[in-house]
Order: sequence, then C-alpha cells, then structure tokens
Amino acid sequence: MDWLYVLMPISGVTVFWPGLVILGIGVGIIGGFFGMGGAWMVTPGLNILGFPMAFAIGTDIAHMAGKSLISTMRHGKFGNVDYRLGVIMIVGTVAGFEIGAQMIMWLERIGKVEMIVRWMYVVLLILIAWMVFADVAKKRKKENEARAKGQDVDKLATGIEWHKTFHKLKIPPMVHFKAAGFTCSAWLPIFISFVTGWLAGILGIGGGLIRMPALIYFIGCPTHIAVGTDLFEVMISGLYGAGTYTFKGRTELVAAVIMLCGAAMGAQVGTVATKYIKGYGIRIAFGIAVVGCCISVIMKLIPKYIAGTQVVMDIASTTLILGLVTALSLYILIKMLQGAKQEVAAKKGRA
Amino acid sequence: MYKLWTKLTGVAAAALMVIPDVVLAAGEKASLLVIVADTRKLTGWQAWFANLYNESHLYFTIVTVVAIPIIGVILGFLADLVMSRIGIDLKSRELSEH
Repeated sequence: MDWLYVLMPISGVTVFWPGLVILGIGVGIIGGFFGMGGAWMVTPGLNILGFPMAFAIGTDIAHMAGKSLISTMRHGKFGNVDYRLGVIMIVGTVAGFEIGAQMIMWLERIGKVEMIVRWMYVVLLILIAWMVFADVAKKRKKENEARAKGQDVDKLATGIEWHKTFHKLKIPPMVHFKAAGFTCSAWLPIFISFVTGWLAGILGIGGGLIRMPALIYFIGCPTHIAVGTDLFEVMISGLYGAGTYTFKGRTELVAAVIMLCGAAMGAQVGTVATKYIKGYGIRIAFGIAVVGCCISVIMKLIPKYIAGTQVVMDIASTTLILGLVTALSLYILIKMLQGAKQEVAAKKGRA
Repeated sequence: MYKLWTKLTGVAAAALMVIPDVVLAAGEKASLLVIVADTRKLTGWQAWFANLYNESHLYFTIVTVVAIPIIGVILGFLADLVMSRIGIDLKSRELSEH
C-alpha cells in the first residue's frame, strides 16, 4: 500500500495523500459555501495526517489561495462578487490587521496575554453566533407577523437591519456597489474592514469568520454577495500570505497542490450549493460552524484551568472540528445534489 | 471617482508590499529556525525541487506564488468541465433573497 503515501520533498515525511485530498474536499466545500479560508479546520486535520506543524500554516495558506481563486471564479460567474467593495475593503483590512498584530506584540512585551486573546476569541464567536441566530429569530418573527395579518412575506426582508442605519451616513465619497445593490459612504466598508482586520490581527486568524457576518450585518450585503466578496479578499490575502510563509521556508507546495486537487472539486460543490440554498440557510449553517469553532476553542482553554485534561481535550477538540467539517460538507453536498437533480428534471420537463 | 480608485488601489498595493505580517491565518509566527530539505534520498523533480528550496527561498517563493494560481485556474477549469456535465446552469442564480 506504499502508493497511498507520498514523500514530501521539503519536510522529508511521507503523508497519506488520500487524506490530504479528502481534507481538501471538505474545506473546499465549506470555504466555497461560507466564504472563508477555514484555517481553523485545516490545521487539526493536517496534524492527524502526521503533517509537520512547522509547515502546516504556510501549506494551508498556499492551498487556501488556490481554493479561494477557484471559488471566486465560480461565484463571479453567478454575480456573487462585488469587486469594487472587495478592493475598498482590502485597504481597511491590511491597515487594521497590521495595527492589531503590532498591538498584540506590544501587549506580549508587557505581560502574558495569550489567555486574554483566547477568551476574546470566545467572546467574539459567541457574539457572532448570537448575531446570526438573533437575526434568524427576528426574521421568522417578521414573517409570522406578516402571515398573521394576511400579508405577503417579503422575500428580501431581513431580521437585523443595522446596515440601514449605517447607510444613512452620507460622508463623501459615496460609492455605489452594483453587485451588492446599495450605495453608501466609502468610509463604511473601510471602517468595518479596518475593525475586522484589527480583530483578526489581534486574534491571529485570517478573518473570514469575522468578515463574512460583518459584510452582512454592518455593510448590508446580501448573503451570497458577502460570501463571494469575502472569498475575493481571502484569495488576494491568501496569495500574499503564501508568499510570505514560503519565503520563510514554511510551505510544502506538494501537499498544497494535493489538497488543491480535492479543494478544486469541493470549492465547486460549495459554491454551486449556494445556488440552491437560500441566504438564511447559509446564515444558519454558518452560525452552527461558529458555535462548533467556539466550543473547540473553549476545549483548548480547559487544560489551562484543569490539570491532566490536555490529551483528552486535544482529542475531543480535533474530533469535534473534523466531525463538524464532515457533517457540514455532507449537508452542503446533499443540498447541492438535490438542487441539481431538481434543476435537471425541470429542464427536461420544459424540453 | 477614477482618481479615488487609483489612490485606493495604490494604497492597497503599497500596503501589501510593505506590511509583512498580514494574513498569517490562525497562528503562531514562524520561528527563526532554519529548515534544510534532505536531498540525499530524492531523485528527479523532487531532488530539483528540494535543491531549489535549499539554495534560494526567493526562487522557491516565486515558483510557489506563480504555481498556485496557475494550478488553481487549471483545476478550477477541469472541475468546471465536470460540473457542466451535470447539465445545470452555471452562469446564473435565481435566488435573490437575503
């Protein structure tokens, strides 16, 4: 069974390559569907496959850049990418990220901040999950009220509508975002991307997990546009990150390409699935992913307070994340197949 | 408006060139430890690849940064072909709700 293992020329270890392909498919599906890089899902998977951790982040980012490119191309064809919004947001993201990263280094020099940062991450994830589910509950309430009054349910109605207040700020220059379908001050996406970039810099994460809901709730993007535009940003930042890490000698390109083979198909499945799942379906699934991520971070914090739980919590956390990746991937795949089947049947019916 | 776009793009490009720590997803910073690939057991393209890594991280980075988008586009195109075989419309989306 030697053919199932491939030698990594840089790190010198042999890795079970079908595992890399499967991992690529899983994160490709989820990334294409939610519009995020998904580094928090990849690292435990690489760890299980025996991949040297010194190369894990760089390899993950390199594959993420390629995967996001594939997803962005597909989302672009569906009209889900607002390129103008994406370019404007890069400015804020880069500035915010750098300030956040510098700030965390400064805090580290003053004292131990690791625990504070981890708890900050937990609080942020709880807030995101609350935002998503409060939004869903509010929308359902609006729909029930409309039905009770005998009115038609507005398909474009949303639950939380904070973005409408932000859109009232008329600070020039005002910019129209055609794909997203709104006009607002350019300072709004710059400010929001600055804050999300700053948080990502402090927390040491890519930021897709924060940026996607921020695009929806603060900037006012429809869900599909938020997913596509976020992937556009992940693509640019991922390529830059891949360059930085590779220059530091921390990328195993062979592994990244093997993962990309799976991610190419996964990204297509995830992206095409957004065609068949309504915006709120994506939001609910995203909320579940955030809850899973939050629990895994808490599991990693527990050994700091309860001695002797390190091994158990590591296993539990990895199992949770990989279980979540599997469950969400299967859900998205099934929805995509059901939608495609219905579309093909409808086409045949018309013919 | 054109000037604004020119400025924004310029700032973004400059920032990406200058700032080294952007988008280091999910993690710790790479340590200063130098890793050298063991080329003794490698032959063919693997030996060439590992030698490239050992000799110049710059060239290795250029190869990686150029290869990833090219491979991405090729794999994306192939995956597109597979998806188009299913017979679904891959150019538009009917759902428009939030």
